[in-house]
Amino acid sequence: MNNSGTPLLRSFGIQVRVTNALIMREVITRYGRHNIGFLWLFLEPMLFTLGVTTLWTIIKATHGTSLPITAFAITGYSSILLWRNCSNRAVKAIEPNLSLMYHRNVRVLDVFAARLILEIVGASTSIIVLSILFISVGWMNPPADILTALTGWILLAWFAFSLGLAVGAASERSEVIERVWHIFTYLLFPLSGAGFMVDWLPKQYQDIILWFPMVHGTEMIRHGYFGNAVRTYENPFYFSVFNMVLTLVGLALIRETGRRVEPE
Amino acid sequence: MISLDNVAKVYHTREGARTVLEGINLSIAKGEKIGVLGRNGAGKSTLIRLISGAELPTRGKIHRGISISWPLAFGGAFQGSLSGLDNVRFICRVYGAPIEPAIEFVREFSELGTYLREPVKTYSSGMRARLAFAISMAVEFDCFLIDEIVAVGDSRFHEKCHIELFEKRKDRAMIIVSHSADYIREHCQRAAVLVSGKLHSFEDVDDAFSYYESQP
Repeated sequence: MNNSGTPLLRSFGIQVRVTNALIMREVITRYGRHNIGFLWLFLEPMLFTLGVTTLWTIIKATHGTSLPITAFAITGYSSILLWRNCSNRAVKAIEPNLSLMYHRNVRVLDVFAARLILEIVGASTSIIVLSILFISVGWMNPPADILTALTGWILLAWFAFSLGLAVGAASERSEVIERVWHIFTYLLFPLSGAGFMVDWLPKQYQDIILWFPMVHGTEMIRHGYFGNAVRTYENPFYFSVFNMVLTLVGLALIRETGRRVEPE
Repeated sequence: MISLDNVAKVYHTREGARTVLEGINLSIAKGEKIGVLGRNGAGKSTLIRLISGAELPTRGKIHRGISISWPLAFGGAFQGSLSGLDNVRFICRVYGAPIEPAIEFVREFSELGTYLREPVKTYSSGMRARLAFAISMAVEFDCFLIDEIVAVGDSRFHEKCHIELFEKRKDRAMIIVSHSADYIREHCQRAAVLVSGKLHSFEDVDDAFSYYESQP
């Protein structure tokens, strides 16, 4: 974030410093220094996922298939939390940080990056802790192919990050985006592949649902968890290209927002 | 060396585009102290923000060859829900300054005691001013940008600030914006006057002062 020809290595150093400072600032204002403090970062998504897992177990959400419900719910709901929390936290992220933008090196992108990194760390810790917990008590088998699951998760985190940039920057442009986005996330919930496997759908619906990028993430994570016990339809190439385009759109919007921001 | 080359700033308001600064040229050498006079709304603070890099110019170039502070004023640059100490830590992290000595300095200079652990939004304006000034002196810069710093603080604190800024740091460059000609006369070698978005530079502070006075 410089225009006066600062050497790349120094710029990188500044970037790390500023992002770190903003992450610490977020942690303190969000979770405080009292009680269990920043543990809420992943306890909150964990409790959410646990609640949904319980609910889905009771209503037998696997629709009579032999799929283990715990692993199904944890992979599904964690995926949703990842991109939903990211985009929600990015909405209207500038205003509470406006006074900090008096400092030249604190830029719009840094404010978003700090929040998004925190959400990704929280959601990732949540799914890892829950998996270890349930595997150790025997309610879940270890992932069949941990590398595939991890790749799926990383691609989904990339999606969450770029979505956060785009939605966050757009929400600074207009109040409408801010309101409509929350409705949008609810509508996307049933379409995100969290509550079903693509394989369960009739062929013509499969073709439609596979246009939704996050479906590919969820499918890939489940492919990793269940291995060949399920048939999945992810296309990592399509997902990556989508992410790349979304990242570019997000960065362009951020750049435009950065020009208009006026510190208090 | 800091230089501004044909800098302009346009804000978009409800009534359309409003040009606040136009065709600004200015250069400041290391250790030089320059004052900028202007009435309320002349664009002084905008100019300071552009030099600091907190805002970007609409047109023109700003070159920063030395390290420049953020716009020092008695307030601002804080996050209200963070405590005084957490604000110090934040600023140290952003500028890569060591945290412990800075906290020590702020504790001693601001005389805020246990209030340093309270959120800044609960501070009175006098307390904010003390914290703001203390933090600004805890990080070192080659050039300080000073925005209307005269107004606040009791006389004892005012004296402390004066020693810290103008005596201990008299080798640094400073850009001081103010509507008080006396303040600028006391601290600057040369001055410029901002009138309706244009900057008029003078080699002599008294010339700047008489031009400033002659403006309607």
